[in-house]
Amino acid sequence: MTMENELKLIGGALVTLALATAAMILVPFLQLKHVAAPEGLAPYSAAEARGREIYIGNGCIACHSQQPSSTGAGRADARRGWGRPSVAADYTYDDPPLLGTMRTGPDLFNIGVRQPSVDWHLGHLYQPRAYVKGSIMPAFPFLFALREFDEVGRDDRVVALPPGVEPPGKKVIATQDALDLVAYLVALKHTYPVLAPDASAAAEPKKAAP
Amino acid sequence: MNPTAILLATFLLSIAGLFAFIWSLRKGLFDADAGGARTIFAQGEIGHVEDPAADAGQAHTLQRDARVLGPTTAAELAAREAADRSSAQPAFALFTYAIVWLIVASLAGLVSSLKLHWPELLDQYGWLTFGRLRTLHLNAVAYGWAPQALLGLAIWMLPRLLRTPLIGARFVLVGALIWNAGLVAGLIAIAFGLSAGLEWLEIPWQVGGLFAFGGMLIGLPMVFTLRRKRVHHLYVSVWYIGAALFWFPVLYLVAKVPGVHFGIEMATMNWWFGHNVLGLFYTPLSIAAVYYFLPKIIGRPVQSYNLSLLGFWTLAFFYGQVGAHHLIGGPVPEWLITLSIVQSVMMVIPVIAFSLNMHLTLRGNFDALRHSYSLRFIFFGAVMYTLASLQGTFEALRSVNAVTHFTHFTVAHAHLGMYGFVSMVAFGGIYFALPRVLDLRWPRPHLIALHFWLVVAGFLFYLVTLSVGGVLQGLALLDPARPFMDSVAVTLPWLQGRSLGGALMTAGHLVFAWHFFLAVRATAWRTRVQSLPLNVTG
Repeated sequence: MTMENELKLIGGALVTLALATAAMILVPFLQLKHVAAPEGLAPYSAAEARGREIYIGNGCIACHSQQPSSTGAGRADARRGWGRPSVAADYTYDDPPLLGTMRTGPDLFNIGVRQPSVDWHLGHLYQPRAYVKGSIMPAFPFLFALREFDEVGRDDRVVALPPGVEPPGKKVIATQDALDLVAYLVALKHTYPVLAPDASAAAEPKKAAP
Repeated sequence: MNPTAILLATFLLSIAGLFAFIWSLRKGLFDADAGGARTIFAQGEIGHVEDPAADAGQAHTLQRDARVLGPTTAAELAAREAADRSSAQPAFALFTYAIVWLIVASLAGLVSSLKLHWPELLDQYGWLTFGRLRTLHLNAVAYGWAPQALLGLAIWMLPRLLRTPLIGARFVLVGALIWNAGLVAGLIAIAFGLSAGLEWLEIPWQVGGLFAFGGMLIGLPMVFTLRRKRVHHLYVSVWYIGAALFWFPVLYLVAKVPGVHFGIEMATMNWWFGHNVLGLFYTPLSIAAVYYFLPKIIGRPVQSYNLSLLGFWTLAFFYGQVGAHHLIGGPVPEWLITLSIVQSVMMVIPVIAFSLNMHLTLRGNFDALRHSYSLRFIFFGAVMYTLASLQGTFEALRSVNAVTHFTHFTVAHAHLGMYGFVSMVAFGGIYFALPRVLDLRWPRPHLIALHFWLVVAGFLFYLVTLSVGGVLQGLALLDPARPFMDSVAVTLPWLQGRSLGGALMTAGHLVFAWHFFLAVRATAWRTRVQSLPLNVTG
């Protein structure tokens, strides 16, 4: 009689978790396994992939989403130039996907379209408030090095900054991490056309009835 | 695969499973006299209050209001004393770790909060940049403070619930050591910018495996002790604890297994984990504590034991599938989101079952809140559980979600659950248990009151300001005519308010940690403030 309770408990705990796992992992796994990458989507280059790691490591996801919505804010997303609603295939090369849950800052799924300038991104990472008034984004001075004017080497990427932002007598040099991060950001372009999942299923040629 | 059929099948399976379980428990479930609720009381102990954190005056008043029914059996109380001794060491270790992480997490949270309206603060250090510090805060709470405080309470309650000494306390000590080693390594990795990139799962799997292993070791004594139990009935707290200790390692291992998850499936897995670690780990452990401490403090069994079992199984069946409401409007299969919204609404059932039960149990005894700080913390936590859960249900509705998704409102909601509910219950439980663990009264009872009012005031301020800020942010984001920076500007005063609330909460935690330290020091010096009788009424 007494073991019966324990068995019910473990049995029930197993069944409930199995149901949840089937619904949220197993079925999506089977359903999404064969989703092909869109033709217009390129895999990340080495620099972009490294930049993606910098993005992840600095927790950019805490403030930036990468999923223009299909509902709710969707209409506003499109009007702001954040792009069409994203679909599962857009994330084929993403490990992990960086959908995000916060928009303390704007959605970045198409930031490479809105802001393609490498100089802008480097300067903005060094001092966001020099570019966007009222921004609360952190500055990332640790992604840059300061050099005396005469110490700047030929291969150094000097960041072009608005007047007054450079420390007196110094030049701001982008580190490899900063360059990689910006390479990733300007590559975030998802403007190629995709069919919505329902539409693509409907567009599939159907087998004729026997 | 037909999505509608999947959706319907999953939902029907849940409902059928639920009814099967309730049916299988019908014996005793619908009896007018469900004896199970009395399991936590010794023979004749109903009517005797117990609150080790109460001073003599408070205990006297509590007891006067409770109306004694009869004498208790000395042998049973002595057995409980032995049970308490057997869990003292592992419970103490877990409480100590938990409180250290509480302070770390509070400071990381407070500085993160300040940075949102004071972005220049400490911006020259990579490890203190907002994205990393916020992640450190979350992980220190999620794997440091909350689980260890709750596991400490679970390990401490188990011998009492099963009326037998804890077997295998060393497994807890070793498991906790491994767990904390993993946590330290994981937080260092995050501070250095090595993150796995999934929310709630940022700690790289190479060290994260230590949690699952440590968690399993901490769970082993439960299995050993269950086999020697001296009760016929497993009290509802044991159900919650047992299920939670089984669920957590499975959740973590499935989430962290390398090389399996891909693309958007990883996102659905992420919120399967992210929401289930709340719903199937912290929540059941906290509810287990409420179901034990609340009736015990007022000396009165839970009003409807049947309602508590209904609450358990509805939670188990519905909660597991709610996570995808975090992905509403996202690039995930539509049926999955609909399923999660439906189950989020079904969560009303276990929440109402629990809240109604607690209300009925306390009815006529609300005066006890004035005399017991343990009860105040636990009651406050129970009320916040109701609010958090109902709020979560509404947030899952598409119309509400359209405003609150992607905003600070979600953060406020998360704190309503993890702080208002889980942490407050943990505080109350530790105030109750530590005097038994150390065999010592709390040295400065007024510090408990100070802790309570600081965190209640701070938390309510935090909740209101951040929720208002979040709604304003959401409305600004919804309006395509307004520039994005409007949605930042409207939140600023509310973000400052949140920092003030967070500062008060942190101050409360420092008081709590200091009091804990005073109690430990008093024990170490053997300067017993006042030895504790087996039962407050003698």
